[in-house]
Amino acid sequence: MRKARYIGINQLRLEDRRLLTGTGKYVADVRFPGMASAAVLRSQEAHARILEIDTSRARALPGVLAVFTARDLGGVGGIPMRLAPREALQKCFQKPLASDRVRYVGEPVALVVAADRYIAEDALELIDVSLDALPPVADLELGRSAGAAVLHASLGGNVAEHIVMRVGDPEGALARAPVRLKERFRIQRHTGIPMETRGLLAAYDRGTDTLSVWGAAKVPHFNRQILADLLGRPETSVRMIETDVGGGFGVRGEFYPEDFLVPWAAIALGRPVQWIEDRLEHMMATNHSREQVHYVEVGVRRDGTIEAMLTRAVHDMGAYVRTNGFVAPERAAAFVPGPYRIRNFLAEVDCVMTTKTPTGSYRGPGRYEAAFVRERTIDLVARELKLDPAEVRRRNFVQPQEMPYNVGTKAFGHDVIYDSGDYPRLFGQALERAGYEALRAEQAEARAKGRFMGIGLAPFVEKTGVGPWETARVRIDGSGAVAIYSGVTSVGQGMETVLAQICAEQLGVPPEKIIVRHGDTAEIPQGAGAYGSRGTVTGGSALWDAAGKVRDKLVRLAAHRMEVSAEELELRDGAVVLPGTDLSMSFRELARAALPGQPMPAGMEPGLDISAYYVVKETAHPYGVHVAVVDVDAELGVVKVRKYLIAYDIGVAVNPMLVEGQLVGGFAQGLGGALLEELVYSDKAQLLTGSFMDYLLPTSVEMPSSVEVLLMQEAPSPHNALGLKGAGEGGTVAVGAAIANAVEDALAPLGIRVTTLPLSPNAIFELIRAARKAG
Amino acid sequence: MKPPAFEYFDPRTPEEAIGLLGEHGDAAKILAGGQSLVPMLNLRLLRPGCLIDINAAAGLSFIEMKGEELAIGARTRQRAIERSALVREKCPLLHEAMPFIAHFQIRNRGTIGGSLSHADPAAELPAVVTALGGTLILRSVRGERAVKADDFHVAYLTTALEPDELLTEIRLPVQAPQTGSAFLEVSRRHGDFALAAVAAWVRLDKNGRCEAAKLVLAGVHGVPFQSAAAQASLIGTTLSPGDAAQASRLIATELDPQSDLHASSDYRRQAARVLAARALEQAASRARMQAQE
Amino acid sequence: MSQRVIRLQVNGQPREGEAPARKLLVDFLREDLGLTGTHVGCEHGVCGACTIVMDGEAVRSCLLFAVQAEGASIATVESLADGERLHALQQSFHECHALQCGFCTPGILMSMLAFLSETPAPTEEQIRVALSGNLCRCTGYQNIVRAVQMAAARMAGK
Repeated sequence: MRKARYIGINQLRLEDRRLLTGTGKYVADVRFPGMASAAVLRSQEAHARILEIDTSRARALPGVLAVFTARDLGGVGGIPMRLAPREALQKCFQKPLASDRVRYVGEPVALVVAADRYIAEDALELIDVSLDALPPVADLELGRSAGAAVLHASLGGNVAEHIVMRVGDPEGALARAPVRLKERFRIQRHTGIPMETRGLLAAYDRGTDTLSVWGAAKVPHFNRQILADLLGRPETSVRMIETDVGGGFGVRGEFYPEDFLVPWAAIALGRPVQWIEDRLEHMMATNHSREQVHYVEVGVRRDGTIEAMLTRAVHDMGAYVRTNGFVAPERAAAFVPGPYRIRNFLAEVDCVMTTKTPTGSYRGPGRYEAAFVRERTIDLVARELKLDPAEVRRRNFVQPQEMPYNVGTKAFGHDVIYDSGDYPRLFGQALERAGYEALRAEQAEARAKGRFMGIGLAPFVEKTGVGPWETARVRIDGSGAVAIYSGVTSVGQGMETVLAQICAEQLGVPPEKIIVRHGDTAEIPQGAGAYGSRGTVTGGSALWDAAGKVRDKLVRLAAHRMEVSAEELELRDGAVVLPGTDLSMSFRELARAALPGQPMPAGMEPGLDISAYYVVKETAHPYGVHVAVVDVDAELGVVKVRKYLIAYDIGVAVNPMLVEGQLVGGFAQGLGGALLEELVYSDKAQLLTGSFMDYLLPTSVEMPSSVEVLLMQEAPSPHNALGLKGAGEGGTVAVGAAIANAVEDALAPLGIRVTTLPLSPNAIFELIRAARKAG
Repeated sequence: MKPPAFEYFDPRTPEEAIGLLGEHGDAAKILAGGQSLVPMLNLRLLRPGCLIDINAAAGLSFIEMKGEELAIGARTRQRAIERSALVREKCPLLHEAMPFIAHFQIRNRGTIGGSLSHADPAAELPAVVTALGGTLILRSVRGERAVKADDFHVAYLTTALEPDELLTEIRLPVQAPQTGSAFLEVSRRHGDFALAAVAAWVRLDKNGRCEAAKLVLAGVHGVPFQSAAAQASLIGTTLSPGDAAQASRLIATELDPQSDLHASSDYRRQAARVLAARALEQAASRARMQAQE
Repeated sequence: MSQRVIRLQVNGQPREGEAPARKLLVDFLREDLGLTGTHVGCEHGVCGACTIVMDGEAVRSCLLFAVQAEGASIATVESLADGERLHALQQSFHECHALQCGFCTPGILMSMLAFLSETPAPTEEQIRVALSGNLCRCTGYQNIVRAVQMAAARMAGK
């Protein structure tokens, strides 16, 4: 590669100006004259038979345009899985409105369309629903037991899927191991909670028979296909339009019941319909995530070498199988081994249906859970063997000469193969940067004074740049401007800037001058979207290819016109120039020169408009280490994260500033999961944390005053031209693990054992009390 | 999350407000800062027939000395109290507690009277005003009465206010010489309601022994909680760490807090004990500094 | 439902609209006055996305009724930039990468505008406390703290 000019710089974001001045357009900002407003009636019962829904009083309210129930929708099908569908899971798909049964608090039962949202909410209160209560299934472990009420009769039970991943001889190796430990770990239900709730605006134009839907995010092309299928329309007659998006984190942009209901109502009523989810709805309607219980057994040698690790886990799917299917439980199983050489491994996961909000992917799905289980286990081993936890990790790392390393587990049926990296080296660099030895000395002093300070370590391997493919198109328009049309989407992470940098590198045009288009399916007919830390890796690789081809064509065309050799030419600020001369052709001139009928080199097609695909054959695996330093007020149970380090090798950072932003922001979400956030259900499966008064997001005060990032670029991926690995989730996945390890380390003198999250003051208090009772 | 419809009044005087209250009684809610009321309306947890917005009513916002007491108008914004040099000088405990109330944007609208009338047991102001021995002035078309803070908070979210009464003013005794105070709180996050909080002050005699002490806790009981036994146990002591621990144990013994999502009864009892001891030690050290001056 | 006429100053301009008493100020600003820069994030006063400056003080516009803004002077995020020139706060947010999705940003800018006018030379601790009334789910706040420090220095330099 030529010396990079735009890749690797801290390019300030192209998105910022509109977002800073209030001129960004989020979906609620798109407003049409004559637009009606929708509200959804949601079940207040966790599990019940629907006897009758009487909408007459609601329909009579002035300002109400319509009230729809399942009966009005005809035979609309269930919402399918976007990823890797399997037959058993299809028995658990959700229909847009419940017809005979409700299965979670928050399940859509009716849709009101009214002149405005105030009236629509008034009307919700006038709908009379009579229900016949059924037993709730609130607990994931009880859910799979014989006596539990069955949610989906055709499934024959509540276990929708049983995942098994087996490597070597786990049972045998465990039995032979000189030291065996076991523990139960639980990761609590929590989720993404973007600051912008979901929302949609749908308008149907009868004249052109076109349905337009604003508010698509993450995967507009997939959603267009689902919506077109459910409506029985050709895909091309449905236009999905991505607006500015106020955060995604995996939960936003998937196809939910409202994604059918709102467009359907817009067609039925012949006027634009807007639905903006409110926060109360969001907490019960948008995907939850993370809830798992693991029963772990580990067998080790006395030097800490792992002989076998087994986890038998339960994953809470919630009431229906959503578009993400079993991504989280499968990823959890696949990533428990992490950066360690575990040649005898077993993960079994029961995916259990419960009468709670359906679950899906949240930033680092499965990996946050896996890291917690794995790294807690390593610390248990260290304590049992009285070894430094850093030493136990060193003794088990996959070594650089083993790359590419086949873990033996699977993701979407493909082998998990780590592509590149030197895990022990990054671990050493992280400990050095964190001042690990000095921290241990400081801890000894603190303990002598009766203070509780702890250090937690959590290395991990990520899976990024996931498939199946991505598209990019680069066009030099008639004015000579460069336009990118990308199949990836933006959920606020700075995609436009990163794409512009990659294109700028090829074409020698400053990123500020490049026009980046994405997310409008009328403009970009194909694309995959924003998930699995894939935007830069897949969208960037496709773009690198397309822009490279445009570059070659520009140069060949200019060489032909200038009658010089292409090798002599350079691209500079929107022109192809012959260095050392005043010979130059601007992109504008070249765009004209590329029109059909103009003289061209033999075999060259007209036009400066090239598309390319990047097909994902292997995923890219960045790796990292989190180091947490905490102080615990043992009397009040308050944990203060004093210092935090994230060391992460992502191969190549297109924009290091944005990568750091992803990591620190990702950390904050991980911190929420470690200390604050939990979606709590009662034993009747009522959601008890339905607002921001109870569901606690971290604020600026809970964050440590410095989250340090050690960004390394030593192990590029061999699987794409630029060596890219994704940066979106590595800040999040190991936080629960690192903080839990640090808290247990801090309170080691009291003999506590951390097995669950979040570590609230009450939880710490209970852990200390339990340890005192046991001790 | 849009509020239900209601009739709206914005009286220009307290008299007019009281008249409307007399007329509408139970059907009416007073809208002061709205920082608790409007969320409840948006969540449709409340549906009052009418709102009487006292924000435009003159004469309800002031901080001034009335005789020996500090008088604060009920609609005085919490932020004005936080900024007030007079409050800082005369009632340092109140000054110290203000930043614990939610966030500054909330305090910009939230009022002292609103917080006291709403009477959330985990809120800071009811505990502080009780600790300070405040008096609340309640007015209705039937006249005016003064109620001690001790008697104002009746039960969870319930006060001595009759449906036709408006809290118009809070009177607080100023801090005596040789007195030290402290406010401590533990909450899930900065600005959240207290899992437990304590407002404490102690007064020393000329020999450096405790001659008066008050500890009032929030978040651990249906109303601001105090233990007569704990307070009595401190009288005559030097307020040593041992004395503080003893008093805080007495509090813990008497307490039977509610469990909720965020903390169990046992946690709250322990937090109350720990905070009470810490607050007493801090108040005592401040009182000693005062005594030295 | 009976409508009330509301007259107020918004971003230095006299504005007028009609709304029922129950209409929230944030909805009035967005729907009736077309100022969609102010966002709705929770409608119960916690997230801070709807924060505006009213009569000099940062307040939640989801906890006020439009009728309560009668006669008030309101500033929203749309008032910050001077034509093409960004306000020091906006410029610092841009340079420090203090925003990602940008949804919480207008509320944070207006909170910090009011905060800095009262505390022109804040410590990091003061900034963190002042910022804690605005939730951001993308950035982890670190760069926002830096941006506010940078803006404070620039505004003091003026």
